[in-house]
Amino acid sequence: MQHPLNCIIVSLLAMGLSPLGFTEPVQANSVTSLAASCYACHGPDGNSMGGTASLAGLNASYFAERMQGFKDGSMPATVMHQHAKGLTQTEILALADYFATLPRKTPKPLPYQSFKGQP
Amino acid sequence: MKTRDFAVHASQALSSTHRRQFCRQVVYGGLAFYGLPAFARANKPPLGQVVVVGAGFAGLTAAKYIRQWSRGNVGVTVIEPNMQFISCPQSNLVLGGSKTMDALSFSYQLAQTQHGLKWVHDQVVAISPTRKQVQLARGTLHYDKLILAPGVDFNYRPLVGMTQPVAHITHAWKAGAQTLQLRQQLTAMADGGVFVITIPKAPYRCPPGPYERACQVAHYFKQHKPRSKVIVLDANPDIVSKKGLFMQSFRGLYADIIDYRPNSEIVEIDPNTHTVKTDFETVHADLLNVIPPQLAGKIAQQAQLNNVDQRWCEVDFLTYASTIAPDIHIIGDSISAGLPKSAHMATSQAKICAAAMVDLLAGQAPNPLPVFANTCYSFVDDQQAMHVANVYRFDATKKTMIGAEGGGVSTQASLLEGQYAQAWANNIWADTLT
Ligand SMILES: Cc1cc2nc3c(=O)[nH]c(=O)nc-3n(C[C@H](O)[C@H](O)[C@H](O)COP(=O)(O)OP(=O)(O)OC[C@H]3O[C@@H](n4cnc5c(N)ncnc54)[C@H](O)[C@@H]3O)c2cc1C
Repeated sequence: MQHPLNCIIVSLLAMGLSPLGFTEPVQANSVTSLAASCYACHGPDGNSMGGTASLAGLNASYFAERMQGFKDGSMPATVMHQHAKGLTQTEILALADYFATLPRKTPKPLPYQSFKGQP
Repeated sequence: MKTRDFAVHASQALSSTHRRQFCRQVVYGGLAFYGLPAFARANKPPLGQVVVVGAGFAGLTAAKYIRQWSRGNVGVTVIEPNMQFISCPQSNLVLGGSKTMDALSFSYQLAQTQHGLKWVHDQVVAISPTRKQVQLARGTLHYDKLILAPGVDFNYRPLVGMTQPVAHITHAWKAGAQTLQLRQQLTAMADGGVFVITIPKAPYRCPPGPYERACQVAHYFKQHKPRSKVIVLDANPDIVSKKGLFMQSFRGLYADIIDYRPNSEIVEIDPNTHTVKTDFETVHADLLNVIPPQLAGKIAQQAQLNNVDQRWCEVDFLTYASTIAPDIHIIGDSISAGLPKSAHMATSQAKICAAAMVDLLAGQAPNPLPVFANTCYSFVDDQQAMHVANVYRFDATKKTMIGAEGGGVSTQASLLEGQYAQAWANNIWADTLT
């Protein structure tokens, strides 16, 4: 289920327009690399190794509401308010739609190997 | 000398219109899935060959995402002398005693096979930008685009009395044998001993790292050597990162152990007597840990790309291309930026660079407005951690990445954030190594 507003905004973004009517250069690729910067905490392609939320396959309106809550302070947070406040509404909605398209997967186990003594 | 040249120029065979159409469809494949045209399934990468120097957080991440976002249409060769990936993040916990080196050591193999990376276990010793070649210890390699991600090098020259590394005085600022050596020195030190750590003037790798280390050593002393002390000789006028939070620990949990001394740049060191002279005093250590001043990795210096203060490399923040060598892109700790030199930052830069590189090779304009995040946790003991977190956004006027609205630090270290810090480590390792 996608939030109808998201669909409109994504269409506007596709035309190179922001919901406010001015041109804002958010492209598919900027969403992809911005989303990828979340993987340090939320796992490869949004599939968390545990301890944080998996973002892959999250319902877009749920994601957008949570982020909006972190941004305006209505949703208590340990660290997410720092990030949510730094993102624009447009970016949050674009991320919401992007994460909704990613498949939820079980991440691969980490390739641990005993330490061999490198300098 | 055997010459290995993996470069291919199949991309030149494609008409540029065809290439553009094709790229729109396949690039950033996470958004949609299209059938690959026949030439895309051929062995030779149609969009070109990228060589990545260094498989740390920055280089390995760039290699992975170039393969992923080009959907295999850019070939990537990685050159790395080390056999294993050893994580600097959490290496201070080895000193505190709550982690082992095995918990920070990983095989490169999964990343290699998963993303179809060509791997050369070697070291780059020289670069020829005109011939687009890198010289390895054993052979040469051609590139269409080069990514340098060599991390930092240490500069001992300003350390009067110790202008060369000395075997028994560690930096332990590249996780590995020295981390273990320092841990062994700590366990061998008698109770009542004095551990002295010196911090160079910023910028250096991992701004909160030295203070985290002071806490970890104090955590170990508190349990096993309660009469011992930690003296922090900081060349900076103040704690460089998470100041208020580290002060809470220095004045609270470790008030009897940690003695923090700002403005304490090394004037002279005597490595034999473990004595450090500053402008104000002479301090004797039972165990000395010297974090030397730093600069871009050796190969960046050798190629004369360290054009800022002869230390760091200046880059274009849309592509991470060097401002003086357009086909050489530089990411991670080696670059000059008002950004903290952290693993998360290195991977965030790597992803912007990877996206731009795929765009450039496909004849498209790179993203004009990159945005990314950085979260950095520090552990004050074996379980409690605290964060500094920010979003950064490209500023077209200043032509650099600027901290966005919001951002900041924890109110205090906590058990909950200790769990998040562990989750961060597991997830960034997974993102980089799988
Ligand atoms: C004690 C400590 C704690 C830290 N804690 C954190 C933390 O909690 N969170 C965080 O975000 N960051 C942390 N950091 C910082 C983080 O480790 C670095 O910012 C990060 O490793 C930078 O990545 P990089 O790829 O630029 O360099 P590196 O990870 O150092 O990788 C460089 C690679 O290049 C290779 N290389 C060098 N020269 C050549 C050559 N000529 N040819 C081929 N290969 C070459 C090296 O072998 C190496 O593998 C910490 C650092 C330290 C020292």
